[in-house]
Amino acid sequence: MLINDELQQIAQPILDEEAGAEHSIRVCVAAGCISSGSDKVLKELKAQVKERGLEGRCLVKGVGCMGPCAGGPVVRVDDGDVMYHNVGSDDAGEILDSLDGEPVKRLAQSMDTPFFKRQVKIALENSGVIDPERLEDYVAHEGYHALARVLTQMQPWEIIDEVTRSGLRGRGGAGYPAGLKWSTVAKAGGTKKYAVCNADEGDPGAFMDRSVLESDPHRVLEGMAIAAMAVGADQGYIYVRAEYPLAIKRLEKAIKQSERAGILGKRVLGTTYDFHVDVRLGAGAFVCGEETALLASIEGRRGTPRPRPPYPAESGLFGQSTLINNVETYANIPALIRNGADWFSSMGTETSKGTKVFALAGKVNNTGLIEVPMGTTLRDIVYEIGGGIPEDRPFKAVQTGGPSGGCIPADHLDSPVDYETLSKLGSIMGSGGMIVMDESSNMVDVAKYFMEFTTSESCGKCVPCRVGTTHMENLLTKILSGEATHHDLQLLEELCDLLQNTSLCGLGQAAPNPVVSTLRYFRHEYQALLTDDEVETTAQEEAE
Amino acid sequence: MSDQTVSIKTLKIDGRDVSARADETILAVAQQNGIDIPTLCHLDGLTPVGACRLCLVEIAGSNKLLPACVTTVREGMEVFTESEKLNRYRKMILELLFSERNHICAVCVSNGHCDLQDLAVRLGVDFIRYPYLHPVEKVDASHDRFVQDDNRCVLCGRCVRVCGELEGAHTWDFMGRGVQTRVITDLDTPWGESDSCTRCGKCVHVCPTGALIEKGRSVAEMAKRRQFLPYLTLMRQEDQQ
Amino acid sequence: MIDYVHPEVPTQDKRWRLVQAEMRKHGNAHSALIQTLHAVQDAYGYLDPETLERVAANLRLPLSKVWGVATFYQHFRMKPSGKHTCVLCTGTACYIKGAGELQRAVEEYFKVKLGGTTEDGELSFLSARCVGACGLAPVVVVDGEAVGKLTPEALINHLEGVIDADQ
Repeated sequence: MLINDELQQIAQPILDEEAGAEHSIRVCVAAGCISSGSDKVLKELKAQVKERGLEGRCLVKGVGCMGPCAGGPVVRVDDGDVMYHNVGSDDAGEILDSLDGEPVKRLAQSMDTPFFKRQVKIALENSGVIDPERLEDYVAHEGYHALARVLTQMQPWEIIDEVTRSGLRGRGGAGYPAGLKWSTVAKAGGTKKYAVCNADEGDPGAFMDRSVLESDPHRVLEGMAIAAMAVGADQGYIYVRAEYPLAIKRLEKAIKQSERAGILGKRVLGTTYDFHVDVRLGAGAFVCGEETALLASIEGRRGTPRPRPPYPAESGLFGQSTLINNVETYANIPALIRNGADWFSSMGTETSKGTKVFALAGKVNNTGLIEVPMGTTLRDIVYEIGGGIPEDRPFKAVQTGGPSGGCIPADHLDSPVDYETLSKLGSIMGSGGMIVMDESSNMVDVAKYFMEFTTSESCGKCVPCRVGTTHMENLLTKILSGEATHHDLQLLEELCDLLQNTSLCGLGQAAPNPVVSTLRYFRHEYQALLTDDEVETTAQEEAE
Repeated sequence: MSDQTVSIKTLKIDGRDVSARADETILAVAQQNGIDIPTLCHLDGLTPVGACRLCLVEIAGSNKLLPACVTTVREGMEVFTESEKLNRYRKMILELLFSERNHICAVCVSNGHCDLQDLAVRLGVDFIRYPYLHPVEKVDASHDRFVQDDNRCVLCGRCVRVCGELEGAHTWDFMGRGVQTRVITDLDTPWGESDSCTRCGKCVHVCPTGALIEKGRSVAEMAKRRQFLPYLTLMRQEDQQ
Repeated sequence: MIDYVHPEVPTQDKRWRLVQAEMRKHGNAHSALIQTLHAVQDAYGYLDPETLERVAANLRLPLSKVWGVATFYQHFRMKPSGKHTCVLCTGTACYIKGAGELQRAVEEYFKVKLGGTTEDGELSFLSARCVGACGLAPVVVVDGEAVGKLTPEALINHLEGVIDADQ
């Protein structure tokens, strides 16, 4: 096995370093912690280790996201039960002093908590463990081993079969079965095919993809390369938001490293396959998360969706058959191939397999990034993992799926998180934003916040979305100002129905969801704001 | 187009059995059979975009409404072009268009020759329930022969397509997005200063409303001529063969 | 359309050379437009019509298409920005945690509307959909550096400090 030997060689420096070290100190260098100054902490720790002559004995490295983003900068020493929160560079000395003794109490937060214990990490398995800027570290943690296996031992149809059997569904929103998508592209004609990674994480309140790209960029590249082998693509594009400079920098670095090492690019791992990956920057348009709009944007055009069919699998980028998956979907692939479909499908529910990464934020004690098995209940996420609501205030709703999702009230806290359940509750899985709200949130105001978002992000191509969202936002403003009547509420509901049924793309069709779901569970809040008491009976209601 | 290999499909539109080439759209087949589906952004000879959503039709066995202008036929398909639901949605879409900008027919040069007005009459839109947004848009009269009045524009994109696809000048495009979208010439610079404009006037004549007009026309005088469009398209195809 | 026949002689402007390099990297293909606009904004601070004309000529694209693409995306600025920029995150987590109050505070204190620049040209107040630092909500990005867990007072102080630092 020449390929595995080569990988072994790449990983050797890391294995040697780790074998020689007694201690390791890991400092989070994902964007959240960096903006709290973790880069300075890392620098100081490194300097002091050098000063004290501890080099070799004590490893200090920057790693990806460890989860508790609100506690940044976070630092972890060895594999102990504590994690240091809110570390400053002047804490470096004390941390080094404590290496062979008790941890620094002042900074220590226990890791023996549901936040850590309840998580199961697949997409995030290397986050917080490896140095995202070193290929060697990724390879030392079984990186590119799945790609090597695919190249040497599997036929394209076997790869697709494995993905299909695993039950993996697209992690970008709608949950389309990944295996089915792959096989459609594999079967499509044409000599040129593309594998595209959607990293245009546009949901406000979601940062899963950013974190994966910043913490473990090679993982996404490996997932894309495996997908490319399976469907027959030789060129990949990663479409990343320009607002994520660190993710872009690390991705570009990762691509260069893997090309130099002969892992990607021409003759992947010495085989006859080629796979080139290029980064393309988005420029701030939520609608570019929609497949056809994303492709238009990669082609350098206005990011407006077009009617499907033809689907990108038949006619995608530059008119060629194109596979599009999001960051988290690709990030699941290496582990899935390494451990097998049965392992993957042993986690999750009947219809939703594996795990899901969520960005937990809002009025919750533990904000940050979590990965849990599908089927975990909302209550467990909010109260166990999230540690409940600050000051024990009453829970009101949790918003999932961003502007295309909805608000789920307390009555449904015991619902399991999977694609079908969330959709039945009037929300969607979406890409994984999860915002907790307490009693201080006015749900009409929340609906207006999302409508404002959708109005300004509407591409303007189709009439219902372009004009309808504007009227919906205006109607919500009118309701909030206490000047609206039941007639206005009726107009609002009719517009919801129109947009859902007639908009051109999925985003326009989902745009009313925040309004529809808040009307479903919090209608009284709308009604309390109306000026007239009389409920006008509509023809529709009479018929019912 | 007379490719021998294209297969023939049979389907039902509004209960009538019809046949079609496999690459034809529902809209085209309906037109051939005298079934008139309302359209606005569509114009024979230009690439269909499915943007106005007026030509949505129902398909038996599917709960999704599909735009007839871009949906190709399938064997055994059952299409319904009229229903209570479709009419309701079509009327609402027209209401939205009327509320979006300034469409006061009585003072418009295109009064009586306007696709939007015709649709409103046909679908019985006599009242707009949504408040008028009343933006004040620019009127560009810098061109020596034509005028652009953004207040009457419905953003159908016919001008953009005819200029890019048939004239090959691509003087027009959309700028901005959402409800702020506008059609522009060059770098949003005055039409009269455009070097790319060939002054052919195709955009004016494909415009469904009074947004693009010839100079010097008074109220209700601006009738549009579109005979050239199918002719040009046909000639292009002949040339390519 | 004389530009298309005789593309303008490249200027000696260093900034333009950076833009040219980006276009060349993508083989001057039509699909390079958005990447090129990024390069223009990085080099010039905003997209000015004169540079866009040159980009259009180099990539062989219609002017209207270049303008249409440039104005479609929120990231691109069509006007020069102030000496300092404060980008307010308007993501959901920040909204829940009081981004609205930060906005009101800055608007009142510096007499500038969101999306605008103060009269003295010192500060541009912009917004981003989500900077992805939800754990630190509410967040702003001041001159490229994220500052989180802010109160209105803390933000005003911070901005005052940044503006005063170079006076």
